[in-house]
Parts: sequence; structure tokens; C-alpha cells
Amino acid sequence: MDLAMIWAGLIAFAVLAYVVLDGFDLGVGMLFAVERDPKMRDLMVHSIAPVWDGNETWLVLGGGGLFAVFPLAYATILPALYPAIIGMLLALVFRGVAFEFRVRAGNKRLWDIAFGVGSGLAGFCQGLTLGGLLQGIRVEHRAYAGGWWDWLTGFTVLCGVAVVIGYALLGACWLIWRTEGELQQRCRGYARWLGVMTFVLTGVVSLWTPLLHARFAARWFGWPGVLLTSPVPVLLAGLAWLFWRGLVKGEVGPFLCALGWFVLGFAGLGISLFPLIVPPDITIWDAAGPDSSLRFLLAGTVVLVPLILGYTGYSYWLFRGKVRLPAGH
Amino acid sequence: MSGLDALHLARVQFAFTVMFHIVFPAISIGLASYLVVLEALWLRTGRAVFLDLFRYWLKLFALAFGMGVVSGVVMSYQFGTNWAGFSDKTGPVIGPLMGYEVLSAFFLEAGFLGVMLFGAERVGRRVHFAASCIVALGTLISAFWILSVNSWMQTPAGYSIDADGRFLPADWLAVIFNPSFFYRLPHMVLASYLSVACLVGATGAWHLLRHPENAGSRVMFSMALWMLALVAPVQVLVGDLHGLNTLAYQPAKIAAIEGLFSSQAGAPLVLFGVPDMEQARIGYEIAVPHLSALILTHDWNGALQGLDAWPRADWPHVGIVFWAFRVMVGLGVAMVAAGGASLYLRVRGRLFAARWLQRVMLGLGPAGLIALLAGWVTTEAGRQPYTVYGLLRTADSVSPIGAPGVGLSLAAFVLVYLAVFGAGVGIMLRLMAQPPKAEG
Repeated sequence: MDLAMIWAGLIAFAVLAYVVLDGFDLGVGMLFAVERDPKMRDLMVHSIAPVWDGNETWLVLGGGGLFAVFPLAYATILPALYPAIIGMLLALVFRGVAFEFRVRAGNKRLWDIAFGVGSGLAGFCQGLTLGGLLQGIRVEHRAYAGGWWDWLTGFTVLCGVAVVIGYALLGACWLIWRTEGELQQRCRGYARWLGVMTFVLTGVVSLWTPLLHARFAARWFGWPGVLLTSPVPVLLAGLAWLFWRGLVKGEVGPFLCALGWFVLGFAGLGISLFPLIVPPDITIWDAAGPDSSLRFLLAGTVVLVPLILGYTGYSYWLFRGKVRLPAGH
Repeated sequence: MSGLDALHLARVQFAFTVMFHIVFPAISIGLASYLVVLEALWLRTGRAVFLDLFRYWLKLFALAFGMGVVSGVVMSYQFGTNWAGFSDKTGPVIGPLMGYEVLSAFFLEAGFLGVMLFGAERVGRRVHFAASCIVALGTLISAFWILSVNSWMQTPAGYSIDADGRFLPADWLAVIFNPSFFYRLPHMVLASYLSVACLVGATGAWHLLRHPENAGSRVMFSMALWMLALVAPVQVLVGDLHGLNTLAYQPAKIAAIEGLFSSQAGAPLVLFGVPDMEQARIGYEIAVPHLSALILTHDWNGALQGLDAWPRADWPHVGIVFWAFRVMVGLGVAMVAAGGASLYLRVRGRLFAARWLQRVMLGLGPAGLIALLAGWVTTEAGRQPYTVYGLLRTADSVSPIGAPGVGLSLAAFVLVYLAVFGAGVGIMLRLMAQPPKAEG
């Protein structure tokens, strides 16, 4: 079996897990920024407090995994998208510490702002990163050879906006599932227009992406690729319909639909990119480390990832049900 | 010239972000184990004072852990942003070790921290205690892997080098358990324990100076001093063994630590002085004859290599290494002395009566962390001018990013870290200034 292929699948899984998990808690942070009622705000934070840092660990796994098994990709993508990555890291610093600081620091307002703005900025920078990767990175002699501003184009900004809106949608759907009453009703309203915008933005990004490289277009519209690609938009439309119906009274339904939406979008990215890891030229086999490295880490991953999924699941199950503020709040 | 500037800015950026970062994992490693001990004591004795202390330090643990997570995410990406050359060449060897750190430690800590912080009402006492143990275990597993990575950069083993200059793994056990690993790991774990002992001891002392009868403060003060009395001497021993290991594998670093510019037999131990790299000598030297030779070679007239044994281009910055080492050792001696004094007072039944020891412990509050940082500065600056000792130069490790880009991001990190972690440390100090409950 091809180790680079297995690892490409595992890294893709880690990134997807990150996007949907931290996606909803960053999204909750963004909705937090537009919420005025302090009690609602506390509820929102409380709904993600026990799980957020587990969610963010998938980001470390994505980065660390890339370093370990696709070092060339790690060593070219990060310098190429330098400002977006640094921006994301700093935004995550603000947002991550705000969980504790906002209840303990003297100036709660300040850390509330840090929480909301940090969440939004982190999502936006992740979208820039996605766009920057898709549009391609110039590499010569195993090193980034492009300029300082390559990451900033119309396409990358569009991706940034799309990710922010998509995360906010995930956040709204999470809150529909995990809260009740007034906050839940409000989130149903948010989810309605966030859903429409996500649908439109996904469409624009999907149409723009094949235009970036002839290779992407051939994959999407050429024969026999179209057999694989044509179900993606059909499934998307089906999920959109389910989502819309679920918004009225559904509890977990809208969240599951939004997750499905992200999974499909992610599959679409995979279809465009595969077998490239750094477009336009570097494939997963070019970027992969030696087999001995891939095999060594795989041996432990096979055991540890199921364990991680097990106890992460336990943690979510433990904090199941509608969120209530702890006594004394 | 601009390449050189970008290199220095990248080095400053790494030093700045990693020094801020390591403080928090060190506190997490120490506090996680301390919390396990407190919770175990509470479960065993049922005394409320232990539960109060557990809750007291849990708040601080949550803060330190959160700051460690966010500053750690920065580190995991910084290898790529600023050190692309290093990442591409060493990824195949140290990347998997860091991958194992994430898989076997970070997820474990994150997964059970939620239970530890928010789960007390949802799980029984046993499960909660298990969660605390798992989090503490996670901090130690994390230390295991990251110290393995660092040790490999200091004393690389189990690798081969291909035509592109990339390191390839040849023997994973030799990579992980490389020659300096078994010295660095216990040295760091004990340093974390001592750092937290200093923090806990100073907190206890602060409150004892105001409320001498406070039961919680007494327990903290007493436990911290047991730690110093028993563990600080062990740390001195481990440090000494570590030094001998460094002499065997990185003799130029030892020469810089000792301020030894010329190779000689029966080298003196320089207690104080001002290293002058231009002139290759120590100014204002105060030294004990033959003592360096005796400590390092166990022979009054043993021969030691001075920095003149290596070309200047291979020297670390002598002043930084020399001074950082003395700060570490000086504070270590102070911790041993405080621990020794506490034993004497304990035997005389005056542990809580001797207010001077409370003042000393208050002063030693940050000593553990400062010593830990100084130790890291010694070993990391002493590794220069290499990232992988003797094999990969720091100048060949850097990313192709211009000085303005690195400078700008450095400025952003400095501003954000000072603001955010400054506020965080402020909150921690304010929590520590609140007295633990009075009744026990």
C-alpha cells in the first residue's frame, strides 16, 4: 500500500476534523460578537468551554503531521502564506486566552471583544490560507520562491469571507442544537441568512476554483472525472433542502446538514487537488518524507487516533444536552 | 546583509516566543502533578483543606494551561514560517516525534482537562481523580517527546544524511533515546516541579506573613519546602551528570559555560567575570584554582579543551552562555539552601514561626522559573551556531523571508504577547493574592 496516499488521507481527515470542530466554536465566537445580552454571551461561551482546546488540537496535528510526513509541503506553504498564518496564530492567542480571562480579568468588555474579533480574524485568515494554497505556490529548489503579497488576491479574500460565513453558520447550528428558548430562536434566524450566504459563496468559490488551473478544470469537467464530480453539487442541493426544512423545528438536524455541507465542500477540494499537495506542481509523493518516517508514525497513529476519537466522544457525551449556566453564575 | 538581518530577527523571534511559551508548560507540568497529589490527599483523608487547595490551584492551572496551548500552537507553526530550511531537512526525523507528542499527549490533556475543570458535577470522584491523573500523565508524555526532539538537535543519533543534506531516520530507538535525552528529560521535569514548588511556597509565605494561622497556607508552605528539601539536591546531581554528558558530546558548550578560552590542564572554576570574545579572555575574573578540572574530569589536573580548540565561526556567544549558566546555578543553590533551612527549622518545630524563611520563600517565588529559563538559554545558545549540533548551521535553517516580513511579525508577537500574557500573569498573581480558605 502507498504510504503517501494513506498519509494524505489521514492529514486530510485531521484538517477536516479541525475545520468542522474548531469551525463551530470559532463560529460561536463570531455570533458572540454580535450578541448584546451578557447572559446569552455566557451561555454561548459555556457551550464550547469544555471542548474548544481539544478542537484546536486538530490544528496542531495538521501542522505537526505535515511537518512529519510532508516536510516539503510544510516548508513551502507556511513561508508562502506567512502573513495569513501569523495573523491566524495571533487571533487564536487572543481568542484562546479570552475563555479564562473574560471571567477573571478586571476588564471583561475588553476580553469579550478579543474573543469575538479573534474568532472572526482566525476564520478569515484560515480562508486566506485555503485560497492561497488553491491558487498555487511558486517553489524553486525546494523553497518558496514567490513574493510577500502573493497570498492577497480577490480569490483569497473571497475564500476568507466564505470561511467566516461558513463557520458562523456552523456556530449558529451548534447553538440551535445546544441551547433553547430565546437564544435558540435567534440562532434559527441567523442560520437562515447565513445558510443562504454560505450556499451562494460556496457556489462562487466552486465555479472560480476550476478557472485557477487548467488541471482543476479538466478534473471537474473532463471525462471520466465528471462521473466523480457531478454528484457533489447534487448532494449539496439535497442537503440545502434538508437544512432549510430543519431550520423551523429541528434540533440537531441543521447542525448535521451544515457538517455534511462542509464535508462535501472538503471532498470537492480533494477532487480538485489530488494528487497535488502544493499546487501547481508538487504532488503528495514529491512532498512525502522517507517511508521509514511515514511508517513509524503510522504505527502509532493507527492505535492512537481511534483512542482519541473514543475519549473525545466521551467528553462530548459527558457534556451533552442543553447548556445551562453553572450555579452561582 | 539583509539575509543576515532576517536570520537574526528570526532567531530573536524564536527565542522570544519559545521563552514565553515554556513558562506555561513548566507550570502545567508541575501543577498537574501537584493537583493529583492534593486530590489524592483529599480523597484519602477527607480533609477539606486539601479540596480547597485543589480548587485554588485548579483555577491557576486552567489559566496557565490555556496560555500554554495558544503559545504552543504558535510554536508548532513557527518551524515552518521562519525555519523552512530546518523543517525540510529535519522533518523526516523529528517531525514524527512531534506528531507523537500531539497524538499521545496534547489530545489526552485537552480531552480530560474539560472533565477536570467542568465535570465535577457530572462524574463521580473516582472518574474525576482519574481525569486529573490522565492530564498530569499527558503533561509528562508531552515533556518526553519534546525533550527527545530537543535532545536530538543537541546530540543527534540514529540518522543518515542524503545527497540534498536531508536527515533520514536510520534507527528510531537511537533517535528517540539519543545520548543526552536521559539527562535532559529528568532535568526539565524536576525543574518544572521546583518552579511550581517556588510558586506554591511563595504563595503560602505571602499569606502566612499576614495570617500565620491559615491552615491552607501552612499546608502549601510546608509541602513546597518538602519539595525543595528533597528534590533540589537531586536536581543538582542530575545537573552535574548532564554537564558531564555535555562535556562528552558538546565540549565547546562546556568551554563557553566555564569561560575557558584556552585549553589547559587543571582549569580553574570561574565564579565571576566578564567574558570578552574579541580578546578571548575573561575580565575581572574571580576563580577557584583547579575546581573546574576537578568537577568535570574528577581529576585535580585534568585537561579541558578551551574555545581555542575550535574556529571562531563555531563558537557560541560566550557571554550569554556563561551568564545564563551562573544564574541557573546560583538560583539552584538558593533553592537547596532554603530546603535545607526548612529541614532544620522543622526539626526544631519552628517551621511556621520563622518569619525570615517566609520572606526568603516570597523572594524565591519566581526563582524556579527564572532558573529554568536560564538553563534553557544556556543549552540553546550553547548549541549555536548550529540547529542540529555540528551538522546543520542555523544560517542554513532559515526561511526565504525578507527582514521586513520577519521584523513585522516579530513586532506583532512582542506587542501581543506582552499585552496578553502580561494580563494573564496579572490575573494569576491576583488569584494567588487571594487567601485560601481559613478553616481546615
